[in-house]
Amino acid sequence: MIDLDRRDRTGRSADEANAAAALSVTGLTVRYGESIALRDVTLDFPARSITAVIGPSGCGKTTLLSCLNRLTDLIPSCRVEGQVRLGDTAIHDSRTDVVALRRRVGMIFQRPTPFPFSIRRNLELPLREHGGLDKTEIAARIEQTLREIGLWDEVRDRLDRPAPTLSGGQQQRLCLARALALRPEVILLDEPCGALDPISAGVVEDLILNLRERYTIVIVTHNLGQAKRLADRVALLWSDGRGGTLIEHGSTAQVFDAPRDELTAAYVSGRLG
Amino acid sequence: MARPDARWSARALEAAVWIAPAIVAGMFLWLLGDLLARGVAAFLPREADAFDFGAAIELGRNIVAFLTSAPERAGRGGGIAPILVSTGLILAVCIAAALPFGLGTALFLSEFVPLRSRFGTLVRRSLDVLAGVPSIVFGLFGNALFCRLLGLRFSILSGGLTLACMVLPLLIRTAEESFRAVPISQRHAAAAAGFSQWSTVFRIVLPQAAPGLVAGLILGIGRALAETAALIFTSGYVDRMPGSLLDSGRALSIHIYDLSMNVPGGNAHAYASALVLIVLLVLINAAARWSTMRLLHGQERRA
Repeated sequence: MIDLDRRDRTGRSADEANAAAALSVTGLTVRYGESIALRDVTLDFPARSITAVIGPSGCGKTTLLSCLNRLTDLIPSCRVEGQVRLGDTAIHDSRTDVVALRRRVGMIFQRPTPFPFSIRRNLELPLREHGGLDKTEIAARIEQTLREIGLWDEVRDRLDRPAPTLSGGQQQRLCLARALALRPEVILLDEPCGALDPISAGVVEDLILNLRERYTIVIVTHNLGQAKRLADRVALLWSDGRGGTLIEHGSTAQVFDAPRDELTAAYVSGRLG
Repeated sequence: MARPDARWSARALEAAVWIAPAIVAGMFLWLLGDLLARGVAAFLPREADAFDFGAAIELGRNIVAFLTSAPERAGRGGGIAPILVSTGLILAVCIAAALPFGLGTALFLSEFVPLRSRFGTLVRRSLDVLAGVPSIVFGLFGNALFCRLLGLRFSILSGGLTLACMVLPLLIRTAEESFRAVPISQRHAAAAAGFSQWSTVFRIVLPQAAPGLVAGLILGIGRALAETAALIFTSGYVDRMPGSLLDSGRALSIHIYDLSMNVPGGNAHAYASALVLIVLLVLINAAARWSTMRLLHGQERRA
């Protein structure tokens, strides 16, 4: 039998302590009303690398992600304990400006969520909201971001067409562009390819790899192959029905090829989950 | 032997399914036809033997005269100019009062309290009850509150405010529904893109809910325009041109009611006024559709 109750494993190792941790999570416990979604998770996300959070459905992956940009604020019954730090900022401190925080931490959801306005307006709105840029600077930033994301040549002639007329993959890239236009430090990806066909998914995966050098990326995924292809580090969450806990955390090669935990071994080999 | 029976019942059912809407459409067409025939008859030149070009010009002239002159002999003669002005002012007061309250309450219910919160439920239940209250009761309430307690007496202001109370439930519920119809994922996406809650409401939710809001507003205006009972005790009967919002003013529907019930020989002009009312309603509906389309496309085109 596999021992599911491992609360003492922090997952923090020596090599990681040396790397610059952009985001660090300490003793994070999250409750929705009475039920516990995450239990005492401690985990670092190093800067300029991709960390994949894997685990079966309901293990708290998305909850962990939404603690990193305080999207948990939008869920009325949600209570968060523990520390989450972005550099010097304590994310869950009530004095932290949550709007400013979310500009530093961009997020992409499983289903593409373009606003039902024009492609241009989708990128323009957050930039205007941000302030400090004049019209020509905004136009320049929009073009630059769309080029970065490889969408410019596809949409340059129809920037004023409604964003929902784009294909699913293009919509997801537009959402990525919307986040990147604000020049964030961290990008959170919640199963970004979950609703895409394999070809579009491949395009988005390539993009994520290209972004790795400049951003701290956290990706939640069901897809073990994707985690293997993209991630520098992998964290496995597991829920025994009393809240998700961190089972194992390490470099991708270590987690997949030499898992320290029986549960990890079973999950990455497909025997469990 | 069961087969013919089954076929018969199916046929009868099918016939019933066709007959019911046919009756509904028939009633509407009858009403409209009757109104058109008698309404237009009121404008037809008396002496014309045939409807020729000259008669058509005369018809147009009569309609313009009807719309631009004051009523004479208690409405049997003359036109409805002051009544149109009073109606417009009452509607304007009604919209000006109902819109901010309606939108505010709807935003509060959809964005700032959870769906099942006790206070939200209380507000919603109250609105549902209010929506079912007969308009004569609103009239009495408006008379007690606006005319007497607040000292506005019989005035356009009292009438407009009473109508505002009456259309608020409808306005709030339709507005709340249109806000709620905007997917929660849009709010999350906006929050994640660094929008404050107010920016999310104004830049993301409101534009997407706009077509529904316009539809709700039109429903409200339609109801207000057709309202009679609530105005009898609040804006009054006076058919002179109003000098200010504190003057009494006669709304179109009251004019129709008065001509058909209290004024012998007023039927012709009652029909003519009813025709004007119906045309106004149709125009408002068309304008609403048009502006909704503009709103939808405007969002896409605005650079």
